[in-house]
Amino acid sequence: MATVSVCQYHRGGFSFENCKRNALLEADINKLGFSSPAARKTGTTICGVVYKDGVVLGADTRATEGMVVADKNCSKIHYISPNVYCCGAGTAADTEMTTQIISSNLELHSLSTGRLPRVATANRMLKQMLFRYQGYIGAALVLGGVDSTGPQLYSIYPHGSTDKLPYVTMGSGSLAAMAVFEDRYRPNMEEEEAKRLVRDAIAAGIFNDLGSGSNIDLCVITKGKVDYLRPHDVANKKGVREDKINGRPETGNYRYKHGTTGVLTKAVTPLNLEVVEESVQTMDTS
Amino acid sequence: MFPANVSTLNTYNDLYPDWTQREVSTGTTIMAVEFEGGVVIGADSRTTTGAYIANRVTDKLTPIHERIFCCRSGSAADTQAIADAVTYQLGFHSIELDEAPLVQTAASLFREMCYRYREELMAGIIVAGWDPRRGGQVYTVPVGGMMTRQPVSVGGSGSSYIYGYVDSNYRAGMSKEECLKFTAEALALAMERDGSSGGVVRLAVISEQGVERQAILGNQLPKFSTV
Repeated sequence: MATVSVCQYHRGGFSFENCKRNALLEADINKLGFSSPAARKTGTTICGVVYKDGVVLGADTRATEGMVVADKNCSKIHYISPNVYCCGAGTAADTEMTTQIISSNLELHSLSTGRLPRVATANRMLKQMLFRYQGYIGAALVLGGVDSTGPQLYSIYPHGSTDKLPYVTMGSGSLAAMAVFEDRYRPNMEEEEAKRLVRDAIAAGIFNDLGSGSNIDLCVITKGKVDYLRPHDVANKKGVREDKINGRPETGNYRYKHGTTGVLTKAVTPLNLEVVEESVQTMDTS
Repeated sequence: MFPANVSTLNTYNDLYPDWTQREVSTGTTIMAVEFEGGVVIGADSRTTTGAYIANRVTDKLTPIHERIFCCRSGSAADTQAIADAVTYQLGFHSIELDEAPLVQTAASLFREMCYRYREELMAGIIVAGWDPRRGGQVYTVPVGGMMTRQPVSVGGSGSSYIYGYVDSNYRAGMSKEECLKFTAEALALAMERDGSSGGVVRLAVISEQGVERQAILGNQLPKFSTV
């Protein structure tokens, strides 16, 4: 006798059906010689340091799409709340949206509690969200700010682990930046020294890592004041072409001194031309 | 879990080295010892992403309640999330009871979570603390979600190197100072041999009087062979 077996679908939890489909699709595409689009990543060097009066956050400004620079001057230091800012490395869309979502939730939370939000709260919210997505949201963040408990700095990894430290670096250029920090960091630095240290750490990332480049943005957060310095340092000035005539750059200088060519004869012929009235009527486009 | 042929879509690139994509692991050596009147717990301080040390001063001894701690090993994200969840649950339970929670309760909560989600998690945890009913206790909850009480327990990737040392040097009825020395030396030996363990040795003593924490920095670690 035939028995009917009922197949129970596994409810709840994650479903990874699409991963198998995606793997097959990618294999097929590669066979045809194409490659599937790469998510735009921020390559990146980001870092932060706790100093005497607060925190200094720093970031480069290059966004890459594979091996091409997609944005030469993107902003990687995101606003979370008036006293908390967050630098983001990894997938550009993920860092942008994650920080916006947490910023929005934190504002509501702040209105509900009637208090200025704490850095630890933002950290909790971010880590719980990233853990929920099990690392699929590719956002590696450096969160810093000053609240009633004092200045704090956290590094947050895509899988949801966090570390509370006096100095942190993230992104592909993090090793270069960390080398600078490990050499020159001291506790309780003055503001100028801290800014110089962060600037130098990001510069190390920019010049030694291919995924980082362009300018250096800084954000200095103290009790009651935030200095968003964008750009703080244009580390890579774009070169100017040799010559500019009427504002338009010319390739090379082809001007010769008067008298270089000798004049043998000169004949002037006036041309009688009809001047026609010209009026321009723009087409109506909306 | 994942089928073996799923590739990380287009993420391999010379521009983004290995450690930007690897999950953060606590590599680790962790240890806990019971003594008359309390427990001594210890851990190294290294967190790695692949070959890069993401945090060289990690605190892997996490307070769950006033006199209950857990030592974390495995995936940093998983263990932090589990510890946060259990801290919440135990705090709630303690308020309901209006008395200090038992170490066994904390260990059970860890076991529940680690066993239920064993396929998704990578967490090896040692729960240790003091409660008025049974004094100092050490419970180990390794990967997979088993729970058992042991007088001395080691865990993490570095533990493999010190099973021999621990088995031969542990005696029942050691004093607090002897336990501290025993733990510090065992951890130092493991850190010497295991690449994923290192940094400083963090120790804590939990007893009826409360919690005393200390750290042994690199140059003060116990030394053994001069080779």
